[in-house]
Amino acid sequence: MRIEHTKKILAFVATALVALPGLSLAAGGELHLEQANNDIHNKASLQRGAKNFVNYCLGCHTAKYVRYNRVAADIGLTEQQMTENLLFSGESPHSTMVNGLHADEAKKWFGVAPPDLSLIARSRSPDYVYTFMKSFYADPAKANGTNNTVLPGTAMPHVLWELQGTQEAVWEGHTDAQGNVQKVFKEFKLANPGKLTPEQYDEFVRDTVNFLEYIGEPVQAKRQSMGFVVIAFLVFFTLLAYALKKEYWKDVK
Amino acid sequence: MATAPQKVAAQTGSGKLTALTAWIDERFPLTALWKSQVSEYYAPKNMNFWYFFGSLALVVLVIQILSGIFLTMNYKPSAAEAFGSVEYIMRDVEWGWLIRYIHSTGASAFFVVVYLHMFRALLYGSYQKPRELLWIFGMLIYFALMAEAFMGYLLPWGNMSYWGAQVIVSLFGAIPMVGDALTEWIRGDFYISDVTLNRFFALHVIAIPFALVFLVIAHLMALHEVGSNNPDGVEIKKVKGPDGIPLDGIAFHPYYTVKDMVGLGVFLILFSLVVFFAPTMGGYFLEYANFEPANALQTPPHIAPVWYFTPFYAILRAVPSKGLGAALMGVAVVLFVFLPWLDRGKVKSIRYRGPLFKFFLFSFAISFLALGYLGLQAPTPAYTLASRVFTVVYFAFFLLMPWYTSIDKTKPVPTRVTYHAH
Repeated sequence: MRIEHTKKILAFVATALVALPGLSLAAGGELHLEQANNDIHNKASLQRGAKNFVNYCLGCHTAKYVRYNRVAADIGLTEQQMTENLLFSGESPHSTMVNGLHADEAKKWFGVAPPDLSLIARSRSPDYVYTFMKSFYADPAKANGTNNTVLPGTAMPHVLWELQGTQEAVWEGHTDAQGNVQKVFKEFKLANPGKLTPEQYDEFVRDTVNFLEYIGEPVQAKRQSMGFVVIAFLVFFTLLAYALKKEYWKDVK
Repeated sequence: MATAPQKVAAQTGSGKLTALTAWIDERFPLTALWKSQVSEYYAPKNMNFWYFFGSLALVVLVIQILSGIFLTMNYKPSAAEAFGSVEYIMRDVEWGWLIRYIHSTGASAFFVVVYLHMFRALLYGSYQKPRELLWIFGMLIYFALMAEAFMGYLLPWGNMSYWGAQVIVSLFGAIPMVGDALTEWIRGDFYISDVTLNRFFALHVIAIPFALVFLVIAHLMALHEVGSNNPDGVEIKKVKGPDGIPLDGIAFHPYYTVKDMVGLGVFLILFSLVVFFAPTMGGYFLEYANFEPANALQTPPHIAPVWYFTPFYAILRAVPSKGLGAALMGVAVVLFVFLPWLDRGKVKSIRYRGPLFKFFLFSFAISFLALGYLGLQAPTPAYTLASRVFTVVYFAFFLLMPWYTSIDKTKPVPTRVTYHAH
């Protein structure tokens, strides 16, 4: 009798544990993010990303924890290549990636100061930034004419419109449980093509996101390659310790 | 093949060492301490896998203190500079990234080994007479560790640091009468501010580590006074040989020092896998929202404490009233202290316990893990219901213990430990 009861409770506990992750899927109305599929080991991509970042982002955003010469060394640029391609306004190679924009002025122009991007790919994920940069659409209701499905109401204008062209958002009507019609985003339609084809634009954003992931944690590639050496040593150490233990414990009867 | 002259040289060398040791021993009990605490401390020979976690906890404490010292050299405990100084450590300080990841991984590793160490005590009844004080010192270490981890988590001054501290400190506000005054006193301000950061820094790097080291020494002294328990829950001191040494005891050094080295190796492999390949551990060891600086005007989308606090956080959220939830959470933590008196069992080890204890211990372990999972998730009605069920199971383990341990059908305990030579 008691055992039966025990079994029932155990079965309940086990079911609850198995069912929990399923519940979370059912409950979450999470935003769907596209995969960036970037690779921080691809130096050509990082170099293109650095160029894109300096040309298109650095005007308003900063990467104030990132030093130019560290970037150059990590992504495979010589000091001269760096000076010619990345340093525009005579900064020192040791300086960090900042701009001349004053936070209070920026706040006046945009409503919020553009955030520092040093860690944006770490705090939000590369997929988030990738999807964000592809999700601007024309919205006449907004002061700057564009809106974004990833971050609705964002103060950021579509800086890359010249490259991507302009998109329009296609919405669907959904009726919810209360009988109200809800506007749900369906897809984007390219209204006016830009200088790049959609595939080229994806590549452009991917390279830029790749650079952002790299500056989020510049040591990432190095720590991984070091890790293999450390683990190899520790495996050797553990085997040695195990042999020593066996030898000593022979005496224990 | 040692030749004669070399032998003489070696003897002279060790002769000098012996003389030095004798010189010290006349002034400080070096040899006596070494013998009583290490080379002639007799531990049961049947200690298994679960007995690695005590020495590992000591290793992690040393790792945290050493890495912490080096972090302190470059960290700036001020609201304006803290976040930037951590990024400076990560990018510009030589090996700073490694020291920081070792310290952040060490915090989680500390709780992993301490939780396993505590579970070992539950499995083998290590808190029972005569080890009550040993257990209480251990619990005080655990409480100090919680405070240490909580205060350390504010120091990077990320947005999760900020809001996590905000939520946890505000829990003290649930205490009737003095609540609001108390939270103000803890923060030193009306909100989490530079003042709070500064004092948490002081407590994190001096006060609590000092208490921790003191408590660890007391814990070890109590352990060596009563002797180690073992998977059979047999007191090895009851059966001694003619030389006064327990028949089932073996010298801690060299037998357990070499054995613990194997455990250390395996532990360091796992530790390094995290440090080098997954330092954020998918957002569980370093939360993603903490890569944004503290912002008093914007909460992270979902505030959750780090994983090692989430079982208790889930209990807090399971109760509709904040005051009652906070009280229940406090009780959930403190109940461990009373285990030696809640347990009326006649045997120590799970090997000889009856089905009732096994069932309650198993459901307790499951509910602890489940609550840990639930505490990480955003609350939904289904989750809240699950949290309530597991909270009841959690408390049942403790509160029903006097009953189920006294009526449980236990097996006879052997007089000697079970050990198969290998």
